[in-house]
Amino acid sequence: MSQYKVVHCNINGQDVEKIVDVRASLTDMLRNEYHLTSVKKGCEVGECGACTVLIDGEAYNSCIYLAVWAEGKHIRTLEGLTGPNGELSDIQQAFIDETAIQCGFCTPGFILSASELLDSGKFYTDDELRKLLSGHLCRCTGYENILRAVKKTMYRRLGKEIDS
Amino acid sequence: MSEVGKRQARVDGYDKATGRTKYYEDRIPAGTLYARIRHAEKAHAIVTAVHTGKASAIPGVVRVLTCFDVPDIPFPTAGHPWSMDPGHQDVADRKLLNTHVRYWGDDVAVVIAENEVAAIQGVRALEIEYEELPFVLDQQEAMQDGAPLLHEAFPNNILKHTSSRSGDYAAAIREPGLIKVEGWYETPTVQHAHIENHGCFAWMENGRIIVVSSTQIPHIIRRVVAQALGRPWADVEIIKPYIGGGFGNKQDALYEPLCAWCSTQVGGRPVRIDCSREETFVSNRVRHAIRFHITTWLRPNATITARKIELWSNQGAYASHGHSIAAKAMGSFGQHYPCPNMECDSWTVFTNRPAAGAMRGYGMPQASFADESNIDDCARTIGMDPMEFRRLNIMPQGFHDNFSGNTNYYDTFRECMAKGAALIDYEGKRKAYADQTGNLRRGIGVATFWYNTGVYPISLETSSNRMLLNLDGTVTMQCGETEIGQGADTAYAQMTADAVGLRSYRDVRVVSCQDTDITPTGLGAYASRQTYMAGFSIRQTAELLKEKILNYAAELTRLAPDSMEIRDGAIVRREDGEVMMDLKELAMTAQYNPVHAEHITAESTYTIRSNAYSFGCTFAEVEVDIAMCKAQVIRIINVHDCGKVINPALAEAQVHGGMSMAIGYGLSEQLLFDQKTGRPLNNNLLDYKLSTFMDHPRLEGCFIENPEPTSPFGTKALGEPPACSGAPAIRNAILNATGVAIDRLPLNPHVLYAEFCKAGLIHDVWQEEGKQDV
Amino acid sequence: MYDMKALYEAENVQDAIRLRLEHPEAQIIAGGSDVLVQMREGKRAGKELISIYRIDEMRGVTLDEDENVRIGSLTSFSHITRDPIIQKYVNVLGEAVDQVGSPQIRNIGTIGGNTCNGVTSADSASTLHALEAIVELTGKNGVRRIPIRDFYIKAGQVDIRAEEGEIQTAILIPKESYENCFGKYIKYGMRNAMEIASLGCSVNVRLSPDKKYIRRCRIAYGVAGPVPMRVPSAEAVANGSRPTQAMIDEFALAVLLDIRPRDSWRASKAFRQHIAVEMARRALTEAILRAGGVIE
Repeated sequence: MSQYKVVHCNINGQDVEKIVDVRASLTDMLRNEYHLTSVKKGCEVGECGACTVLIDGEAYNSCIYLAVWAEGKHIRTLEGLTGPNGELSDIQQAFIDETAIQCGFCTPGFILSASELLDSGKFYTDDELRKLLSGHLCRCTGYENILRAVKKTMYRRLGKEIDS
Repeated sequence: MSEVGKRQARVDGYDKATGRTKYYEDRIPAGTLYARIRHAEKAHAIVTAVHTGKASAIPGVVRVLTCFDVPDIPFPTAGHPWSMDPGHQDVADRKLLNTHVRYWGDDVAVVIAENEVAAIQGVRALEIEYEELPFVLDQQEAMQDGAPLLHEAFPNNILKHTSSRSGDYAAAIREPGLIKVEGWYETPTVQHAHIENHGCFAWMENGRIIVVSSTQIPHIIRRVVAQALGRPWADVEIIKPYIGGGFGNKQDALYEPLCAWCSTQVGGRPVRIDCSREETFVSNRVRHAIRFHITTWLRPNATITARKIELWSNQGAYASHGHSIAAKAMGSFGQHYPCPNMECDSWTVFTNRPAAGAMRGYGMPQASFADESNIDDCARTIGMDPMEFRRLNIMPQGFHDNFSGNTNYYDTFRECMAKGAALIDYEGKRKAYADQTGNLRRGIGVATFWYNTGVYPISLETSSNRMLLNLDGTVTMQCGETEIGQGADTAYAQMTADAVGLRSYRDVRVVSCQDTDITPTGLGAYASRQTYMAGFSIRQTAELLKEKILNYAAELTRLAPDSMEIRDGAIVRREDGEVMMDLKELAMTAQYNPVHAEHITAESTYTIRSNAYSFGCTFAEVEVDIAMCKAQVIRIINVHDCGKVINPALAEAQVHGGMSMAIGYGLSEQLLFDQKTGRPLNNNLLDYKLSTFMDHPRLEGCFIENPEPTSPFGTKALGEPPACSGAPAIRNAILNATGVAIDRLPLNPHVLYAEFCKAGLIHDVWQEEGKQDV
Repeated sequence: MYDMKALYEAENVQDAIRLRLEHPEAQIIAGGSDVLVQMREGKRAGKELISIYRIDEMRGVTLDEDENVRIGSLTSFSHITRDPIIQKYVNVLGEAVDQVGSPQIRNIGTIGGNTCNGVTSADSASTLHALEAIVELTGKNGVRRIPIRDFYIKAGQVDIRAEEGEIQTAILIPKESYENCFGKYIKYGMRNAMEIASLGCSVNVRLSPDKKYIRRCRIAYGVAGPVPMRVPSAEAVANGSRPTQAMIDEFALAVLLDIRPRDSWRASKAFRQHIAVEMARRALTEAILRAGGVIE
C-alpha cells in the first residue's frame, strides 16, 4: 500500500540517494534517513522556521516541502556549514560571540537564513535584515542579538566599519 | 582572577551553533512507538463511550487506550517541591485520561501505533459519545450560584480564596478630602510558545520506567509520574536533555505520566508523545487571565492612604499551580506601593478553559499591568507626573517584608527609574509630547515591578551539587538546577571556577543533562531561583572539594592545609605565592598513588532559608497611528537590579527575551475561545500573534548592580523579571500619546479601535444610527 | 509524515492534464504551503495528490507578443518580486506578494496556488483584481482565458474544470492595465510578518499626461467579502477627477457602498469598514504620488 521513491540529491556537498516514503516531508527525510537533527520541528506548518534548510541556495521550511521534491536538488543543513574539522563559519561564530543563542532550538534555521542573505554579498539595512529574517520565531532572544550577529558578519564580509 | 562578572560565551554555544545539541526528539531510538492523544471536542461533558473498533483495525495501530482504562488515581501536576504537610500539597484533580472532560482539548484517549500516520489515522477514527454539560469560560461567572461545576470538591468553582488586611480600610476612606481612583483591569490568556513543543519518550528497563522529557523539573517529574502510576518514586527515572525553552510551561508534569503509562501498556516498549503546536497552545498550560478591581484613595498631597485590591484569576479546568499565582499577584501590591490601610482579596476559579500554570513572571505581569495602570491613573487624576508620583509612593529604601524576610537594602527603585529616565530622556519627551494633535502621536510611559527570588518561605528551597576533580585538573560539576536556554550552565561554570579557584570557567565541565538516577537532587528551573540557589551549594561544595584537595596536597607537600590555597588552577603557598603544583599534577598523583589513591570528589546539599527582592522598570516610547488603530513601540529600555550580574552578556540577552515577551503581552498576544462552544480559535503560530523579528524596536537592557547581601555571589532573580513591566509601560505610553487610558490587554488594533471610538478620536459617521447601510 | 493516499508527480503540463483526468478526486499541489497544511489539519487527510511542483515550464515571467506580462503559475512570490519585468511594469504586484507570510513561504508559495485556493485573504488577489488580470487555464481541450473576477466563484471555489483536466498555467497582466499605471498595495495585519491579511487594499491609477486628472483608477480589496472584489463606486468617484483631498476622502467613503466585510473572531465588521476607508485613502494618495501627481 505504501508508495516509495528513490530520491537522489546532494546534501551538504555529497551526492546521496535513499528510498523514501512519498508521504515524507523533507524534514522527515533529513532527520530520519540522514540523521541531520539540526533540522528542528516547531510547528510543522511553515510558521516557526525551525526546520529551515537551503535548497539550491534559497531558504525553505522543510516541514512543508515533500521529500520527493528534493530530487536533483542541492540541500544544505546547518551540519553543512561546519568545516570538516569542526571549524565554525563566521556566522556561526558570530552567533556565539554576540550571545545570539539561548535555548538553541531556532538557531539552526536562523543561521541558514542568515547565511543565504550573507552569501548574496549585498548590503542590507536593519529593516531589510529584519524582514529577511522574519520567517523565524524566537521566544528567548527578542531577536536583538541575532540581528547584531548577522549585521556584524555582513559588515565584516563587506569590509565595512560597523556604525554601532 | 574572577570569572564572575565577565562577558563569557555560553558553554553550550558551539554545539548549539553547529546544530549538534540533542533535544529529546533527537534521542528517540528507531522503532519507538508513536502515541497520539485524542482530545475532547467539547468544553464540558461526560464521555459515555469511546468506540475503538475502527481505530484498532488500522494497520500499524498497536494499542488503543481510553479514559475507561486508566488507573483510578487522581494526581497533581504542578512543579512544586513535595511538601510533607498534606495541607500544603498540590491539588490532585486529573487522571491520565478523563471521562469528565472539563475543557476543549482535555485528554480522552490515546492511540499507540508503529508509525506516525497510523497513530494520526487511529485518533481520527475514534468515535466518542458525550453527554454534554453546560460550560463557563469567565471566572466571575463561574463563581455564580448555579454555574456549571467543574470539580465537586470545589463549590462555586472556587479553588481558593485568600485575603489580607492591614490597617483599617473602611475607617481610612472616611477621611475628608480624599481622591478616589478606581479601575477594572483585565489581562488575557497567553501561552509560553517556546519554540520546541513539549514531548517525551518512555520505556521500561529492568522493571523500572525511564522517561526522557523536555522538562524544566526532572526530579519533580519523577515524583509526579510515580504518583500518577501508583508506583514507588524510585521506580521512575527521568532524564532531561537540552530543551528548546520552557518559560514555566515545562514546570508542570505535562505528558510524562501518560507516556510512561503507555509504555507499561505495551510491555515496556519505547513510546513517544510529541505535542503538536496546536496541542501545546491548548493542552499544556497557559498564563492565568486575571481580572483586577482596584480602588486607590489619595490624599491631596499625592500619597496613598488606602487601597482595596480584588482579583479573580482564571484557573481553567485543572488546578496545576493553582492559587499560588493569584496569591503572588495579590501580595505584590502592598510591597510595591506600601500604604497603611489595605484590603486585598483574591479568588482562583475553575472554568472550562485550558489549565493555567506557571509562566514567566508567575502573576507579576498581570499584577504589574493592573497596579502600574492604576498608578498612572492616580498620577493623572491629581495632575502629577507619573514618575514623580512613583518616586513619592514606591517601596522606600529600608522597607522590610516580614513574611519573606526581604529587605530593600538600597534605594533601588528610584535608582532604576533615574537611570532609565536619563537614557530615554524622559523629561524632555514628556514635554515634547505634551500637547499633540493630528493622527500620528507619540508618548512615553514608565512602569516598575519587584520580584522574589525563589519560593522560600512558601516552599522548600534546596540545591544539591556534586563536584569531581578530573585528571586534567578541571572540575566536573553537576546539579539539579536545569539549563533551559537561559544560560544557567554558563553561570554555574563561572561561579564554580571562582569558588574552587580555577583559571577559567572553561575548566569547569557542567553536566547539563539531568538524570534523576545520577544527578544530585535539585528542584529545577523556576521562580528565577537558579543562579541564586545554586550559588549556595556551589560555594559550599567548592569549599568541601578545596578542603579535600588541600588535605591531599598537604600529604604531598608536608605543608599544613591552611597554609595553602587554590589559585588559577594551582596549589599555592599562601605565605609567598609559590606554586607548589597544579591541579592536574595533584589529581594524577591522587588517582594513581599506589599508597593512597583517591578520586577527589565533593557533594553537598544546601537548604536555602532566604529570599531576595529583585527590582526594575521599563521605559517605553510609542507612536500611535490613530486612524489605523496601531501602536508601535519605537524605543524600549529595561533597567534591572538583579544584584551582581554573573555574566553581563547572558544577562542582557535574557532581558531582551523578557522584553520581547512583554511587548507581545502588551500589544498582540491572546489565546481566544469561541464563546458559543469553548473551542480555541487561534492555537497556532499564525493566528496567535507572537512578536516577529519585524515587531520590535531595538531592545535595550541595563543594570544597577546593588550586591545582594544574602547571596554568596551577590546575585538575585533575573529570569522572570524582564517580562513583568513592559506591558504597562506601553499602556502608559499610549495614554501619554493619546490621553486614552486602556485597561485591558493586549492593546491590539481591535481594542484601540473600540477605545479610540469611545474617546472620540475616531468618528466614523457611517456608524451612527440609521447610517449602517450607506 | 503526511496522511496521504498517493502521490502522482506530473512532469509537464500535458502529463498533469492526463493525471487530472485519471484521478478526478486528487488534489493538485503546487508549492504545498496551503495543501500540505490542510492535509496535516485533517481537512484533506487521506487524499491523493497530483504534484505539479516540478513542472519548470510553468515558472518565470515573460512579455508575450501583445506585451502582456505573463507569469507562469508556479512562479514563486520571491521570484515575482525579484523579476526585472515585474519591477519595470507591475512593481505593485511584486510589492504585494512580498508581504505574503515569510521569506521561506515566499520561496515556496506560488501565484497559481495563491489564486487557485480561492481565499479572499490572498495577498496577490486584490492587486490582480485591480490589474484586471487574466487567468490562463489549460485542459484537454486547450487553453481557456478568463478575467480574474470571473475566476473566483465563491469562497474557496474557483473556475477550474476538473472534468476537462484543467490546471491553471499562467496569469496575464494586460498591457492596458499596467501601461503608465502606478499602484499601491496596503496589507492590514496584526503584526508585521508571518501574517494573514485582516484586509488588503490595492489601488492602481493612470494620470493624464499633465498629471492633472485621474484617467483610470482601479481599487480592489481582499477580505472585504467572501472573495476578492473590485469597488466600482469608489472608482467612479476617482475616474476623470482631479486629485484633490476632497475627492480622495469621497473616494474612500464610497468603498463602503460596495464592500461587504463580516464579523468574525479575526475582526469585526465595523473595524474592517473603518480600516477599509482609511486604507483606500492612503493607497490612492500613494498611488497618485507614485504616478507623479500632486494632491491638490
